[in-house]
Amino acid sequence: MKRFAALFNAIDQSTKTTVKVAALADYFNDANDMDRLWTVALFSGRRPKRAVTTTRLREWAAEAAEIPLWLFEDSYAVVGDLAETIALVLPPNDTEDKSDLSFWINALRGLADVGELNRKTFVIDAWNRLGGTERFVFNKLITGGFRMGVSQKLMTRALSRATGKPEAELAHRLMGNWHPDDVTWHQLIEADDATADASRPYPFYLAYALEDGPGTLGDPQDWRAEWKWDGIRGQLILRDGSYFVWSRGEELMTDRFPELARAIDHIPPGTVLDGELLVWPADQDKPSSFNALQARIGRKTVPKKLLAEAPVVLHAYDMLEWQGDDLRDAPFADRRALLEQTCADLPPEAPLRLSPQHPFESWDTLASLRSTAREAHAEGLMLKRADSPYLAGRKKGDWWKWKLDPLTIDAVMIYAQAGSGRRANLFTDFTFAVWNGNELVPFTKAYSGLTDAEFRQITAWVRKNTLQRFGPVRQVTPHHVFEIAFEGIQASKRHKSGVALRFPRMARWRQDKPLAEANTLDDLNEMLRIYG
Amino acid sequence: MSKDAVLTFTDKGIYCAAGDFYIDPWRPVARALITHGHADHARWGMGSYLATHAALPVMRHRLGDITAEGIDFGEVRQIGGAQVSFHPAGHVPGSAQIRVEVGGEVWVASGDYKIVDDGLSEAFEPVRCHHFITESTFGLPVFRWADQRDVAAALNEWWAGCAAQGKTAFLGAYALGKAQRLMAMLDPAIGPILTHGAVEHTNRVLRDQGLTLPDTTLANAELSPKDHPRALVLAPPSALGSKWAKTFGPQETAFASGWMALRGVRRRRAGDRGFVISDHADWHGLLWAIKETGAENIYVTHGYTDVFTRYLQDEGWNAQVVPTQFEGETLDASTDEPEGAT
Repeated sequence: MKRFAALFNAIDQSTKTTVKVAALADYFNDANDMDRLWTVALFSGRRPKRAVTTTRLREWAAEAAEIPLWLFEDSYAVVGDLAETIALVLPPNDTEDKSDLSFWINALRGLADVGELNRKTFVIDAWNRLGGTERFVFNKLITGGFRMGVSQKLMTRALSRATGKPEAELAHRLMGNWHPDDVTWHQLIEADDATADASRPYPFYLAYALEDGPGTLGDPQDWRAEWKWDGIRGQLILRDGSYFVWSRGEELMTDRFPELARAIDHIPPGTVLDGELLVWPADQDKPSSFNALQARIGRKTVPKKLLAEAPVVLHAYDMLEWQGDDLRDAPFADRRALLEQTCADLPPEAPLRLSPQHPFESWDTLASLRSTAREAHAEGLMLKRADSPYLAGRKKGDWWKWKLDPLTIDAVMIYAQAGSGRRANLFTDFTFAVWNGNELVPFTKAYSGLTDAEFRQITAWVRKNTLQRFGPVRQVTPHHVFEIAFEGIQASKRHKSGVALRFPRMARWRQDKPLAEANTLDDLNEMLRIYG
Repeated sequence: MSKDAVLTFTDKGIYCAAGDFYIDPWRPVARALITHGHADHARWGMGSYLATHAALPVMRHRLGDITAEGIDFGEVRQIGGAQVSFHPAGHVPGSAQIRVEVGGEVWVASGDYKIVDDGLSEAFEPVRCHHFITESTFGLPVFRWADQRDVAAALNEWWAGCAAQGKTAFLGAYALGKAQRLMAMLDPAIGPILTHGAVEHTNRVLRDQGLTLPDTTLANAELSPKDHPRALVLAPPSALGSKWAKTFGPQETAFASGWMALRGVRRRRAGDRGFVISDHADWHGLLWAIKETGAENIYVTHGYTDVFTRYLQDEGWNAQVVPTQFEGETLDASTDEPEGAT
């Protein structure tokens, strides 16, 4: 595992993309086949099945470190990463272990078949054998969630450098269902690509946000506009008589959306559609809120009642494959024409709709359309260049999301809590309140939006202005007003204020604003009435 | 704590009624006993100051014209009804724990401390007492400091690597204490050590009082970085990445702090590298120090106070959290900058 740990250190110690890519490319050139295959798997989210529950890991780590479990838990809350917490609380040792990455992964997978006592012996023995980064990496292999500052995009770039193959091709090869057990390095990366799995999706094309409006995009006639829905981006694949649904996070979600099976009755095999998964009951003229969809995603199998109450429909906006042919190089307008043809005669019971395009004459008319997005339960507009190919990943130029400005409210900070992990020594988690008469009513928490310098400044202030401590939470003097931005507002019985916000964050620290001028609960309720 | 306790905790600081003085007060008082010169312990505006002879020069440098008196380590002084003496805390040069005895009852206020000998500060000495006031900046079992020699080796390897690539090595550290400790760990054979003004001023004060530090060159506006290839620059954290730092051309930055033990913090703040080195005690250091005092009553003033106190209680100590305005080791410069500094 030394080689892999060295790669980890090289990547972890640098903030520079070029250094990370170079370290990865070197690794792909000199690691053995099984190790590099597993490395690609790990960095693309394909981790070995967890063989030990985190509950047991915590208990064993506390025992091995000779500290009480609560102390381990409190330390974990500060560190923010279980694998790292374990590595830190155990006594240090120098590693002499010569086994490679694949050895440890296979050993961990073998744990599924042995009793708990043997698992414990194995894990504690491994902690004794491995030191430093190797111990941390070993813990990461158990706990999963292998994130180390390497995006799939970076890894693909490094693979491209190591193999000489184009990035887009590699990105596509790495999509979908594959596992190091069933495929060799040669098959996955090098061989001719004839045996691809039927479920394999295309890499999603992602848009950048349009910050300053469409004025600089040129002639409006070159562009197409559609709603930017507040659902889940999904790819529907119809091949060989089966259907597959992939989320943008490259998660296979077929089982969660059984109603999409009926797409097979209406669309021929050899078709791949890109669109938005939305909860949209037949008798409604707009989709339900994201909450309704969230209830669906949370279920691996969907009860009948929920299926009836919250039916999911794919609103398709692009066609990536037709009659088995990859359409991605064709202009968007052509792909869209094919899509419209295909969706033209769909009966109402089909779990599929065409996501409409909105014709517009000028950017001004488009801007006024955008301002009505919230009423349509959309987040804004998508702008796509009519002649654009379907690219892989986030690329600037041809696709833009032109979102609505967030809703905002000015609120008073009343509680502060230290962050964890990256922000362990700073107060970063704040609770905000609005006025209700002379009383401050808490209504949301927010963690993000300030610069590091601002977090440091507010941290120093919190230390000096703590009124009371409740464990890790500090009640502070009501003094600072922040502009809280959010994407949506809903009634909520679980919150004292009666509302729940979607994506709240600190937009600005209103140091110019006196305490008394923060917004009120009435203001919040008015927003709920309009946008809820 | 009963009302006639030797030391009480007030909104101005730690107070001794028998001697009518405060220890490290955060609001102006007539008489202040100071553990060490960091800004959260030695503040401006006290009627008079008492600190060790070794701590005073830096305090005078930072606080300007103050009425202050020096005391030797171990020297016992009677103040009103209290017997007071100062004992090495090992935190920075001159830093002290303050022992206060009234009617046979002994309290020790330790300020900030570390138990390993850094070769520069007077080494920490445990003081037997009944009541011990402790910090807990790194009072979690995830904090465990490596041997200083190992850190020095890693530091020098990094510097030599920068030098070999034609890059200037920028190392961020507190101007008082940490910077000088790092200097003593550096291998001058690799290249010249340059210093930011804030660091060099403190160097000058410490050299004048007899401390031996490696040769350094002030990197002021007249200095031409080109004339100093293979250099390492020691600067306060706030100067890393500044306009001034950019004049040095290609560079790597590193940060030296106990917080660098946490990967998340390291990634957020370290620049290119983070070295784990602190002038505060780690988990085992804190526990060792507390045991060595023999005290049954422990007051935890700053850091991971709640967790650390609960652990001490579980282990049988009579421990409690005492909120104060001490800050311990922060990643920004506030602890290290004299009040009113520009």
